[in-house]
Amino acid sequence: MNLTLKVWRQETRDSKGRIEVFPAKDIPSEASFLEMLDIVNERIIAEGGAPIHFDHDCREGICGMCSLTINGIPHGPESATTACQLHMRHFRDGDTIWIEPFRARAFPVLRDLVVDRTAFDRIIEAGGFISVRTGAAPDANTTPVPKEEADRAFDSATCIGCGACVAACKNSSAMLFVSAKVSHLNNLPQGRPEKNRRALRMVQAMDEEGFGNCSNLYECEAVCPKSIPADNIARLNRDYALAAARNALT
Amino acid sequence: MPLSLHSAVPSGPIDQKWTRHKMDSRLINPVNKRKYSVIVVGSGLAGGAAAATLSELGYRVKCFCYQDSPRRAHSIAAQGGINAAKNYQNDGDSVSRLFYDTMKGGDFRSREANVHRLAEVSLNIIDQCVAQGVPFAREYGGLLDNRSFGGTQVKRTFYARGQTGQQLLLGSYQALSKEISRGGVEMFSRTEMLDLVVVDGHAKGIIVRDMVSGKISAHAADAVVLATGGYGNVFYLSTNAKGCNVMAAYRAHKRGAAFANPCYTQIHPTCIPVSGDYQSKLTLMSESLRNDGRIWVPGSISIAEKIRCGDLRPGDVQEEDRDYYLERKYPSFGNLSPRDIASRSAKEVCDEGRGVAPTGLGVFLDFRDAIQRDGHDSISARYGNLFEMYEKIKGEDPYLTPMQIFPAVHYTMGGLWVDYNLMSNLPGLHVAGEANFSDHGANRLGASALMQGLADGYFVLPSTIANYLADQQPGAVTESHPEFKHCLEEVTGRVDTLLEIRGKRSVDSFHRELGLLIWDKCGMARSRDGLENALERIPEIRDEFWSNVRIPGSGEQLNQELEKAGRVADFLEFAELLCHDALDREESCGGHFRVEHQFTEDDAEVRDRRTQPGEAKRNDQEFCHVSAWEFAGVGTRPKLTREPLEFENVELTIRSYK
Repeated sequence: MNLTLKVWRQETRDSKGRIEVFPAKDIPSEASFLEMLDIVNERIIAEGGAPIHFDHDCREGICGMCSLTINGIPHGPESATTACQLHMRHFRDGDTIWIEPFRARAFPVLRDLVVDRTAFDRIIEAGGFISVRTGAAPDANTTPVPKEEADRAFDSATCIGCGACVAACKNSSAMLFVSAKVSHLNNLPQGRPEKNRRALRMVQAMDEEGFGNCSNLYECEAVCPKSIPADNIARLNRDYALAAARNALT
Repeated sequence: MPLSLHSAVPSGPIDQKWTRHKMDSRLINPVNKRKYSVIVVGSGLAGGAAAATLSELGYRVKCFCYQDSPRRAHSIAAQGGINAAKNYQNDGDSVSRLFYDTMKGGDFRSREANVHRLAEVSLNIIDQCVAQGVPFAREYGGLLDNRSFGGTQVKRTFYARGQTGQQLLLGSYQALSKEISRGGVEMFSRTEMLDLVVVDGHAKGIIVRDMVSGKISAHAADAVVLATGGYGNVFYLSTNAKGCNVMAAYRAHKRGAAFANPCYTQIHPTCIPVSGDYQSKLTLMSESLRNDGRIWVPGSISIAEKIRCGDLRPGDVQEEDRDYYLERKYPSFGNLSPRDIASRSAKEVCDEGRGVAPTGLGVFLDFRDAIQRDGHDSISARYGNLFEMYEKIKGEDPYLTPMQIFPAVHYTMGGLWVDYNLMSNLPGLHVAGEANFSDHGANRLGASALMQGLADGYFVLPSTIANYLADQQPGAVTESHPEFKHCLEEVTGRVDTLLEIRGKRSVDSFHRELGLLIWDKCGMARSRDGLENALERIPEIRDEFWSNVRIPGSGEQLNQELEKAGRVADFLEFAELLCHDALDREESCGGHFRVEHQFTEDDAEVRDRRTQPGEAKRNDQEFCHVSAWEFAGVGTRPKLTREPLEFENVELTIRSYK
């Protein structure tokens, strides 16, 4: 198939970006979206140009490294699919495809389609963990966890930290990301001792990184490649409110 | 000076060695620990766990990864589970049984003491992960669930749906994040190690490149830990992430660290086949599918041709025209034959011209009979997510038409040589996880990679590293040492040389050419002729690379072509080491199959039905050893030193699957 790509190009973090147009000719429909970019890059290199830079690693939808906004949608048109698992058969011969980075103030562009998502790491560092030292753990079956609770924690824990939720949100809010981690850990007995502190500190870190607020539009849920539901956000709001109230009273 | 390989295995009965060793190990008091600094390269299960735990102990840690976040290391892609000898199922499991299964699974080519320690430590890993909040699968009573995996007869695998690696990695990443926020670990993401700095024979630091600014800098420490994964991407196509590479391990090798058993590579039988030369990576389909799927190819080449051209649908092939070759050759194990056997058999039928994918390199994994027997819903409950994943990639519905699968490179058992303390022959250089050679012998069992990575990172290294550090004056070597300046200049020179070539061919084109060659000559079946041919071809490809590779852009910016070039340059040298080892090992064992060494009708073992013709034939007389290779110059045969393997607790037997 033959396509036209309109791609965001930007040399460095501080330089001004622009859209450049590239033909993508003779693309096999079995190729993945990233393999299509590989083919285009091979031709750009052969012609002496600078290849399009984009992040990717596992190419099987689990590492969370790929971060393309395709035709305005983070990870592209297929639901519950990362850009690396999107295949060209979902496009039509002759299509024009717009490819941009994940856009958010907290995700500065580093080059072309590559963005800096270390803000997510700093949010986890603020409280997205259970404070247990290696070697200090009791036997694994000491504390039973009801299956329903464990399954719920697992559902929240499947977040791959890609940032599509932020890129899709008009406020660039990181609430789905933060709430998924808070729900995962606060739902488990092991995570309860730090429940209040975790909610307060992670939300504070999110605000400090420059992410916006949630206005309940659920764009985040719609683009999440792991289908993490927005009711995590409601749980976070509840945990946060309780923790803030407790703080105010003591 | 000949290489001295002292395994440092403690004396005493096998089940007391680790306990005694810990008791005999050196200690550093808490006040002094903070004076020592340790560099950890890699943030996967082994590296992340080691960095977090060393920091908890009080050491000052610097951790490096090439990804944009430590949470993205490729441990994240592991699906199946993690083994531990908890015996929660009351089905007769024990540390001894896990030890024995792992020794046998490795085809008796691993060190007994290391494997036993792994089995012992497996118990602590599960406790640790649960305490961190890893959401393992549970039963309705709230206790942990288990499933069974290949090569064992007990249920000892803990799992978190098909995402066990992800959940364990997030556990270690969160432990690491806790230590970063406490100030114990300084994290450097998007930073790639380009060389190891050796001062007076000791590993004392590394040279790295900031992948965003391009700045090359030196970092000194009292000890260095490499946890940089395997070298599967030497084959270009593998189930590894695109960025996985051998650079850190190979740079250490060039600076004096011995590389052990590189020829032990694991080829996984059930991956989605290559569909064209644009293909960038291969995707694993879980081994569990073979419980219900039947593997077949057409009995005749002409029918296979019709399927390849699309003139015949697989569902229309008559029963008598189908060859269920695994069921035919291995009636008792059938479709659940071990990975190496299933992989080689698929290659054989495709070599005969009976392969089915458009490229001819694929076999069917057919669920038709299982769906007829158990119903659509029941198959969907078992494998629904895998069927979806297949459909996403191939665009075909496996409920209606059989899956196409083919073997692919998945894991590498070989790695840098380490002693019982996980220290290489270069004092100060420690190696953990897939990057070392130590625990899996010639073949790794399913659900054992996660176990080993976490055992090394959480429990082994944090205890053993003090045996080295206690004799070191903390902070004695800094970046101002002339060796750092020298190494920095060398690395900068190498990067400049790459950029100045300005040739015509892309980095990927060289990587693909090398990968195809290695897959063909040093893949599932290896022969003397093929390996010798590869050893002639590799230097030719390498020479062309260094004269004709094209890397656009400069070194002072984010430059992905430059990153790839550095890695491919090392694969082009490492590939020779791989072939030398495969050529030297005149036997077949585990993931290493030499066509010259297989059982025939003439062997007594075949006549008395302990095995059958075509099976891997070990040579315990001559090859019961670890092959440790020393670098001797680019294009020069490396120097071999053998570490004999002694077996006091297991009896060497033939693995039979009839």
